Amino acid sequence: MPGKLKAKIVAGRHLPVMDRASDLTDAFVEVKFGNTTFKTDVCPKSLNPQWNSEWFKFEVDDEDLQDEPLQITVLDHDTYSANDAIGKVYIDIDPLLCSEAASVISGWFPIYDTIHGIRGEINVLVKVELFNDLNRFRQSSCGVKFFCTTSIPRCYRVAMVHGFVEELVVNEDPEYQWIDRIRTPRASNEARQRLISLMSGELQRKIGLKVLEMGGNAVVGYLQCFDLEGESGLVVRAIGTACTLDKLSSGSAPNTTTHVHPNTAPASNACNSPSKDGKESPLAHGCRSTHNSPVHSACSSQRLSQNFSVSVPTLIFTGMGSGGSAGKEAGPLKTLLRQQTQTALEQREFPFFTLTSFPLGFLVHVGGVVSARSVKLLDRIHNPDEPETRDAWWEEIRQEIKSHAKALGCHAVVGYSESTSICEEVCILSASGTASILNPRYMREGCLDIGNTDHRFEEPSPPSCGFCHIPYDELNMPFPAQLTYCHHCRRQKVPDVLFTTIDMPSEAAVSGKGCLIQARLCRLKKKAQGEVNATVISNLLPFMEYELHTQLMNKLKLRNMNALFGLQIQISVGENMLLGLASATGVYLTALPAPGGIQIAGKTPIDLSNEHHILTIQKRINDTIAKNRELYQINPPELTEEVVGSPIPEPRQRSRLFRSHSESSDELSELDLSHGKKDAFVLEIDDTDAVEDIHSLLTDAPPPSGFYSCNTEIMPGIYNWTSAVQMFTSVRVFRLSNVNLTNQGLNKIFTDLCENLLKSFYFKLRSMIPCCLCHLNFTVAVPEDELIQVAVTAVAMTFDKDQTQERTADKPVTKGCSETEEQLQFPLELFADSSSTNTQTSSKISGVPESTGVSPRAASVDYGSFADRCSTWLELLRLKAHTIRRGSVKTSRRTQSLAHSASSLDRCSPLPEGRSRSLRSNRSFGGGSVTVVKMTPLSFLPGTRIIKYLGIINMFFIRETTSLREEGGVSGFLHSFIAEVFAMVRAHVAALGGNAVVSYSMKECMLMENPHKNQAQCLINVSGDAVICVLETDQEPMSSTTSIGQTCTSGAT
Amino acid sequence: MAMELDVFVGNTTIMDEEVYQLWLDGYTVNDAVKVRMEGGVLEECEASADVLLSDTMDQYRTFQMCERLLHSPAKLANQLLFQIPPHRQAVLIERYYTFDDAFVREVLGKKLSKGTKKDLDDISAKTAVTLKSCRRQFDNFKRVFKVVEELKGPLVENIRQHFLLSDKLARDYAAIVFFANNRFETGKRKLQYITFQDFAFCAGQLINNWTVGAVDNMVEDMDVDLDKEFLQELKELKVLITDKDLLDQHKSLVCTALRGKTKAFNEMEANFKNLSRGLVNIAAKLTNTKDVRDFFIDLVEKFIEPCRSDRWTAADMRLYLTHYTNSAHILDTFKHQVVWDRYMGVVKSCIFKMYHD
Repeated sequence: MPGKLKAKIVAGRHLPVMDRASDLTDAFVEVKFGNTTFKTDVCPKSLNPQWNSEWFKFEVDDEDLQDEPLQITVLDHDTYSANDAIGKVYIDIDPLLCSEAASVISGWFPIYDTIHGIRGEINVLVKVELFNDLNRFRQSSCGVKFFCTTSIPRCYRVAMVHGFVEELVVNEDPEYQWIDRIRTPRASNEARQRLISLMSGELQRKIGLKVLEMGGNAVVGYLQCFDLEGESGLVVRAIGTACTLDKLSSGSAPNTTTHVHPNTAPASNACNSPSKDGKESPLAHGCRSTHNSPVHSACSSQRLSQNFSVSVPTLIFTGMGSGGSAGKEAGPLKTLLRQQTQTALEQREFPFFTLTSFPLGFLVHVGGVVSARSVKLLDRIHNPDEPETRDAWWEEIRQEIKSHAKALGCHAVVGYSESTSICEEVCILSASGTASILNPRYMREGCLDIGNTDHRFEEPSPPSCGFCHIPYDELNMPFPAQLTYCHHCRRQKVPDVLFTTIDMPSEAAVSGKGCLIQARLCRLKKKAQGEVNATVISNLLPFMEYELHTQLMNKLKLRNMNALFGLQIQISVGENMLLGLASATGVYLTALPAPGGIQIAGKTPIDLSNEHHILTIQKRINDTIAKNRELYQINPPELTEEVVGSPIPEPRQRSRLFRSHSESSDELSELDLSHGKKDAFVLEIDDTDAVEDIHSLLTDAPPPSGFYSCNTEIMPGIYNWTSAVQMFTSVRVFRLSNVNLTNQGLNKIFTDLCENLLKSFYFKLRSMIPCCLCHLNFTVAVPEDELIQVAVTAVAMTFDKDQTQERTADKPVTKGCSETEEQLQFPLELFADSSSTNTQTSSKISGVPESTGVSPRAASVDYGSFADRCSTWLELLRLKAHTIRRGSVKTSRRTQSLAHSASSLDRCSPLPEGRSRSLRSNRSFGGGSVTVVKMTPLSFLPGTRIIKYLGIINMFFIRETTSLREEGGVSGFLHSFIAEVFAMVRAHVAALGGNAVVSYSMKECMLMENPHKNQAQCLINVSGDAVICVLETDQEPMSSTTSIGQTCTSGAT
Repeated sequence: MAMELDVFVGNTTIMDEEVYQLWLDGYTVNDAVKVRMEGGVLEECEASADVLLSDTMDQYRTFQMCERLLHSPAKLANQLLFQIPPHRQAVLIERYYTFDDAFVREVLGKKLSKGTKKDLDDISAKTAVTLKSCRRQFDNFKRVFKVVEELKGPLVENIRQHFLLSDKLARDYAAIVFFANNRFETGKRKLQYITFQDFAFCAGQLINNWTVGAVDNMVEDMDVDLDKEFLQELKELKVLITDKDLLDQHKSLVCTALRGKTKAFNEMEANFKNLSRGLVNIAAKLTNTKDVRDFFIDLVEKFIEPCRSDRWTAADMRLYLTHYTNSAHILDTFKHQVVWDRYMGVVKSCIFKMYHD
């Protein structure tokens, strides 16, 4: 059934002069929705017209409401000739369709023209009256909430995580239709903008339908992308995680998980540790990345049928060969866990989650990174309504990912994302994620009945290290890895390094700070066409991935760290080269063994000068490692060496990493120049390339003092954010000179490009010191033959320096093994309690909020009782929180540090200092007639609380110019375009009543230039969540409610 | 490095005040980079020259994009393109409209026309202010002039509200507009020693006392045009020098009051008739536009220079003028006390300001 859309045009301001003679404009407005158009009167001779129109009413289907944007066109009336368009505003009315989001859109919008940019502003009011739709077979999905945020949005609790949703729609690209030859660039751009707006509306609606089918009410981690396939069409695809979210009562906002920590973690520890011994522990390691299975018929006779596809041979990182051997001895626990999760997960086609951070206890173990790529040849999409080919492609890749995860002993993939890189008719599809084992209770219906068994076999892992424990069988490893007992709990095995695509769990114990680690790689390739080209590319891919991986590993060791979070590997294809960029945030996890150094070994030890050379390099490396240790304040707790954790039967003392072209492992013994007890990493210098590689290793400059950088949400090791934020986008395009370039030379150029960008940021943001660049998101592209484009979006956030130092100083100590005795008293208290309130507490200890088990159907039927149960449970927890707070006087130091780690992840600065500063800076920003809208790629703003999500922002703009020089060249052109995009995002958010955008990202920035013709065109796609956030106010009144809210959300393990 | 494109855009527009000043001063990007390097930013932040160049280019682009908005500062507050904190906006505007005293001294009182604009390169060469900066300043003068020309109400207030300037700067602009409108001659060699601030003060005096706005504050151009009626009335003051009795009487009153109070008494006594004639003649001639233009040069030639050659101190000057003004009140046949006060009040304070020891 339909809804009624109402729009009112109030006024305009700062309009451009359209009539040269009078220096004025006779403006009027067309308001269009679907096929209905209304017009305002002409407001003659004014640059600041007041229309004050009546309410224009559109009666439409809610399906249309979801798909179509409201289109407002401002024109200049001309009596004698055609009216001139001044510009347009597209308003996505989706936020109005959800009762919890915005209720009215009202404000000043920039009037945008694809040729001239922003030309004045228009004040518009939009409302929607929606009639309830009870039709079961409806095509609309109004009311499903969408979030770009890849964690459970603040001010919601998750009742159930349903899982992966995906959809794609295809269409012909208007730019490539015949009509484009005869219409103006403006008309063409507008057709494209409108089409993409329609397509993303449709896509969102379809995904919404899927969510409703699954019984959910929201999509979290919604990731929508465009593939501009040129001739062959336009694909809009999206993935996300369907959830059932419950809004937390107003006023309560997830403040900290503080109170959850002390009670849940030790509880599980104390109850069931005895039932374990090390052997059962499943295990994982490093990173496993693969490509599509064997090359199938690259030269097959079916000549270029629709989808030529080349897949790339499987490649397993960090190991050589496959570990193999029988592993039937999987412990009873493991089997049980498998069974449980099978019911929960395996019924799903793809147990994938786009989330990157999770409620406490959701993530049980992390296996490693799984990724898959496949090279496809594009062909025209013949029937847009049946996008089967593209669907099948992705299906294939996802299957691949799924099987990799299985091989790592994992049943789920988290931090999952998909991307493409297109060059002419070749397209690389990539998907990656982190194989992991999840706590199935968030996904199962009716978990209450098995509460008891659950409890008995509860994982004994403390949250600070549990996720590091290997998820699969030690005896059945997919690749040989070096395992040791967890340096934290000493009970289970951990790998020597851990790679993941997710954010670092808030509860993880780290030493020192993290840092951005990037591996950069260029590979030249010959220009080719069609199948040959695809084959060449797919042959190159595994080598590129391998080398990126090698670089990452080396740089990680060089920084004396042992884990990577937020790993993203991007491979971009161009006509004559491939670019690879891997970014991640390195940290030192105290649960994992200390990384060994890096050792240089020459292949020809006879040569004396060479030996000397090697020695100097070795010294430089050692110096760098030592310097980095200091720089990142890595100061792991001294272990009572090897008392408990004497490693498991280890075939080798040393894990070796081979450069991709170095030979096999047979000279192991020669290289045993071990320095110290730690296992060193051996780098062979067998040719000049290798020397250069090592040099490039050492050229990565550390950030200047006062700066940190990471590509995850927040920086591990920094907890006291203050409220100053500066989001920025930077784009650089480098033109390669025509000289014959080698791979080596290209690598250097590419590396310098990235390094210089970072240096530039540090310089520009120097006034914010001490400061951290968070969520540094690099995107590389090869827009033309000799061009390399790097686009970065990130946020700089200030923090309080003194506090940090203090914290890091005592952190490793408190996080060390000394914890156990301090913790003792919590379990005791809990036990006392649990005996009195038997059933409820048991489920609590095991960490499942009962409510998570309630099936959505049951919830809707029996909402009252559900709420009831929930609230009693909350009540109980609140009590508990109080006792614990009282009881924890002795251990205040530890709790505090936990509180900080938790709260920092929880996007708020609980420190009074932080707050007072935030007040000041916000005040100075206030005032003025334009609402200040903050933007951040993170899911939170430090020093503030998000009280309402107003809806998703998903905007697509095209800008074109035929006077490039006059606009200051490409730089001037793009600079103003990006500023305009920011302005339009801010205006939309402000009109929704919001004051910030979180999880902002620029997903596409495609620039095409033709300086000779004085022309350029650029497409930008941005997205984010519009929110209202308020300054963190007094903490005390807040904390009682908030702690409960959060407990609910996070569930606990 | 063949950087084809290099941009950095912050959600909150990043502006470095030092670079802004360099931009305002008309430095080219390369010169600005040089200045910055000499300033030592690099050492502070471990950056390279490339970084500095890229940063400078970014900022210059930002300023260029902002410039359009700075032309009507009120827009800056409600435009959507740049998110600039209000205190920053104020700084941007104030700095943009700030001018060099050396430059303004050159164009003060000149017609703000294309002709003058053509001479800017000479002025630039003479004052060592870059041509670019000269143009900006000149255009600012012209823009302010054009806007306030059509407005009713007090000049300073109008400028402050339309251009969101500080009180001080608004007053300076009022002076510039006032001088340009009345085309006061300020360029003669004899006037070179007078600073812009001296003139600005005098302009303030004239605006407050001699314009139409001094009597009626709701007419157009009230603060820009001198009060015609008043100028007519000034003719009546001539009696002070044409009537011999009055002149003698005036002189003896002044001399009695001054006797023994200053070293320059003899010179004062000797020159009294000359000086008095000078001041009254200036008053009587102000009905001619031409003579209005020469107001300041006349003051200097007819009064300040003779006094200076007699080595009067500033205190002497003060003493003399005070008694000169007040004594006129005691002259029983002199009927134009109000006009006299209105005239002498301004002239007195102007001369005080213009008389440098």
